[in-house]
Amino acid sequence: MTQNTLTASAPAEDAAPPAVKRAPRRGERRTGTSLVLHLTLIVASVIAVFPVAWIAWVSFGPDKTDFLHPGDIADKFSLSNYSTVLGDTEFTQWFLNSMIVGLGTCALGVFVSASAGYAVSRMRFPGHRPLMWTFLVTQMFPIAILIVPLYNLAANLGLLDTYWILILANCTTAFPYCAFLLKGYFDTIPVEIDEAGRVDGLTPFGTFYRLVLPLARPGLAVAAFYTFLTAWGEFAFASVLMLSEDKYTLPIGLATFVSEHDQQWNLMAATGVLIGIPAAVFFYLIQRHLVAGLTAGASKS
Amino acid sequence: MISRIKLSYNRYWYAYAMVAPVVAVLALLVAYPLGRGIYLSLTDANSDNVGRTIGVNKIPDSFEFVGLDHYTDILTGDGSGRFWDQFGWTLFWTVSCVALHFLIGLALALLLNRDLRARTLYRLMLVLPWAVPTFVTVFSWRLILADGGILNSFFGSLGLPEPAWLSEPGWQRTAAIMVNTWCGVPFMMVSLLGGLQSIPRELYEAAETDGASAWQRFRHVTLPGLRPVSSTVIMLGFIWTFNQFIIIFLLFGASAPEAQILVTFAYELGFGRMPRDYAGSAAYGVIILSMLVVIVSVYRSWLNRNEKAALS
Repeated sequence: MTQNTLTASAPAEDAAPPAVKRAPRRGERRTGTSLVLHLTLIVASVIAVFPVAWIAWVSFGPDKTDFLHPGDIADKFSLSNYSTVLGDTEFTQWFLNSMIVGLGTCALGVFVSASAGYAVSRMRFPGHRPLMWTFLVTQMFPIAILIVPLYNLAANLGLLDTYWILILANCTTAFPYCAFLLKGYFDTIPVEIDEAGRVDGLTPFGTFYRLVLPLARPGLAVAAFYTFLTAWGEFAFASVLMLSEDKYTLPIGLATFVSEHDQQWNLMAATGVLIGIPAAVFFYLIQRHLVAGLTAGASKS
Repeated sequence: MISRIKLSYNRYWYAYAMVAPVVAVLALLVAYPLGRGIYLSLTDANSDNVGRTIGVNKIPDSFEFVGLDHYTDILTGDGSGRFWDQFGWTLFWTVSCVALHFLIGLALALLLNRDLRARTLYRLMLVLPWAVPTFVTVFSWRLILADGGILNSFFGSLGLPEPAWLSEPGWQRTAAIMVNTWCGVPFMMVSLLGGLQSIPRELYEAAETDGASAWQRFRHVTLPGLRPVSSTVIMLGFIWTFNQFIIIFLLFGASAPEAQILVTFAYELGFGRMPRDYAGSAAYGVIILSMLVVIVSVYRSWLNRNEKAALS
């Protein structure tokens, strides 16, 4: 896990075992180094956290322009933005819509791309290379090329303004990356496990479902997170495919608070906080799998 | 032998069954729209002449085939956008963002990979930009960067100039790169951290035994060890940043003609004006896609060559 001397500025420290390196003689410089380390990390952490903390702080100021006078918010601290958003807007409906679309994309995306990723990882069937290439190329699709035909397609099928079309549209972004990522993760699971399953009389699908999927939990967690967050924050598809206000997802709803004419930054901030919380909770639930899941996907592709 | 063929036949059958759903969805929602988009880009379709249904009346398509007109217009600069300027800016945006993502992500990953107090806490804070949806944080950045916002107040109190981040073209571009860098670093950091942890420790011990300096160990153990991860994340980062829509769109809306990259301009053509220029937007999309395919193919063959060179 630790390579203490990885970036240490000291020249070659020969073959000294770690114990020697920690000798008191070096204590002073190590303190200096670690001070610099901690300072760097603290500065980086502040930059990372600040915008999030900022929007949370602004959300407690009751007036539209409070973000310009952040100091005053402490005096008129109020929850009125939250009560307005929750009580007087369509927020709960938008939240529900986003949940349905997010979880739908997540369930469909993970299950379908896991089975495809498994097939590509384990079986060298004809067409498996073009399929991997397709997964890569699909990620390059600019939204602009798909969106008009998708809109027309949805209109012709009568699917405009339905959850289904948005879930499927989100899947076009979610599938390729997840299949890519999960294929990498399945590659790290020994083939012997599959073979043992086959010897015990499981079908390939049974092997996949009963043996491999449970072992791939970190990869699946990352894929689930990725699909959910893709759908949760998706803007372009939703803005075109969801037309009526009661079908808006949160990003579209949020944008309505800040139009050309009326910029209700205070409401926008409160909504932003309410939207950020579920995503962040999900994120921190799976974050311990993140390193393993992502790296497998990246290194073995 | 025969049993092996039989087995592999069985395997293929299952494999096709398992990839079928993905292929079906991609065919319906990617391949068909792609074909249709390419066709539209060869016509003069816009929102006034595309077939639609109003109440019970069906209005048929009335657009016409115009061949490659849109492409020649765009590529010679006669179109409504200034394609080559936008392309130059898109390329600059992509390369600088990916470089910043990678360098900052690598630096932070190296720091976090050390034995260090409060490491978990740092990590939790540093991934926060990734945990909160981008469209929320972009709005927060708008508040921070606004005229009279906190960043300019801070600059003012230090006696520094207070740039108009959200309205002056040059500063808009700077702000866009800054915000995107902020959003993209955690992904790189976490991926590279995983890459660092997968490098066997014995390699470092061996390098130390041979008297390699810290820099030499970084150069000859860490970087090669990271190569599989870094080549993939750089490629994905390039694709994603090239097509990064939401940041520029939400940061400036339509008020930043200079800061539009190709995808946001294509969206603006197709949905941001009346009549909606479907054909022009699709032509932009086709051009963007072809560029990415070419760039990524070149990158991958370059990687392969390097790999072979490294092995031989």
